[in-house]
Amino acid sequence: METGGKELKVSAIKNGTVLDHVPANKLFEVITILGLKDCPNQVTFGMNLDSKLLGKKAIIKIADRFFEETEINKVALVAPDAKINIIKDFEVVEKKVLKVPEQIVGIVRCANPKCVTNHQPITTKFDTTYENGVLKLHCHYCEKNTSSENLKIIREK
Amino acid sequence: MPKSLISIHDFTKEEMLHILDVAREFEQNKVQNFLHDKVIATLFFEPSTRTRLSFETASNRLGARVIGFSDAGNTSVSKGETLKDTIKMVSNYVDLIVMRHPLEGAARYASEVASVPVINAGDGANQHPTQTMLDLYTIRETQGKLTDIRINMVGDLKYGRTVHSLLQAMSHFNPHFTFTAPDELMMPQEYKDFLDAKGIPYSETRDLDGNINDCDILYMTRVQQERFTDPMEYEKVKNTYNLTASMLTGAKKNMKILHPLPRVTEIAQDVDDTPHAYYFKQAENGVYVRMAIIAYLLGYK
Repeated sequence: METGGKELKVSAIKNGTVLDHVPANKLFEVITILGLKDCPNQVTFGMNLDSKLLGKKAIIKIADRFFEETEINKVALVAPDAKINIIKDFEVVEKKVLKVPEQIVGIVRCANPKCVTNHQPITTKFDTTYENGVLKLHCHYCEKNTSSENLKIIREK
Repeated sequence: MPKSLISIHDFTKEEMLHILDVAREFEQNKVQNFLHDKVIATLFFEPSTRTRLSFETASNRLGARVIGFSDAGNTSVSKGETLKDTIKMVSNYVDLIVMRHPLEGAARYASEVASVPVINAGDGANQHPTQTMLDLYTIRETQGKLTDIRINMVGDLKYGRTVHSLLQAMSHFNPHFTFTAPDELMMPQEYKDFLDAKGIPYSETRDLDGNINDCDILYMTRVQQERFTDPMEYEKVKNTYNLTASMLTGAKKNMKILHPLPRVTEIAQDVDDTPHAYYFKQAENGVYVRMAIIAYLLGYK
């Protein structure tokens, strides 16, 4: 979180949600996952900001919007270490740690080119598991695993 | 949602054993007629003569009538109809759907949109659970039991879905596995991890000759050209194993050779005349097992 006293690269919001410590190259994937393209609220973001932790980071601030746990946890697919701050009256009133949901519906494309979901209009569905610390998405349909390194976010609905 | 059979994981151990018992009943009394008022659809979006005939024979022996197609080429699918629409339509006509499809996961999806039970007769390289059930039936028939069996799986262990499903189904019965494959076609790590987690012993080898005498079941597979994306890789491995009668002289008396068929060069013709050959009976067993699965899913057994 940008601390008080320092100049803010992305201006503060009075009420809403701040996603900090998003890896810089994951910014637009996070925007897609949260559907911010169609969000009527004020959304401000910064990319390639200096970060001691990540080198370059991104930050997203969404005014007057508070996400359901199940909604915000989807961000963990691409930015598991992102920090979520809930802002009320310019103060951080709650910090949330992301947890990868046990089941992912939609959002992610199955990496198996022969999976039926890549050929028919079917919403994808995965169970999440960890194999040697690496996140794997187990496809409900083709029963193959998509690992987090070749995870592709579905761009349009 | 009615009960379907899509993946071998859909059946518990108890259900598997129940199906095997019902199948034995049907083998002893092949003429059954209790599905005389039922219609069964066999939807083969990809041709498979053997599996389709086996299912249609099973349906006929139970007295049911069969509709369907053996190739998606001359159906509305070629006009661009979605799988969902085809399945929705057919499930309004029939009491049960048997389906083969080249795409993986197609059968699971069909079972979610169908109003009747669906049996997966193969979805790409994914699952073919009735094959697994007939393999279990045949192992029990030849060995008199399913527990403590030594199985040597030979050939394409990388892409061969039958060996993967059989491995998972046998994991309930304390087996011992030998995996015989060329380097390019070894058993994938995820299945070895699965066995490790269950504490099931296995060994891996390239050598077929030295691993015949100690097994109860020699499970041969064909290297399937259609599963290879790289034709060079296929050429390198296609003729790795060739089982001949002379290699069987030291085999255990109870040892039986199984093969999901069709075979090409991996089992020589002279093996057919040895007492170890069992693959044609294995294919016949498929009819009884499929009768049992159909009867079970329709709530008759």
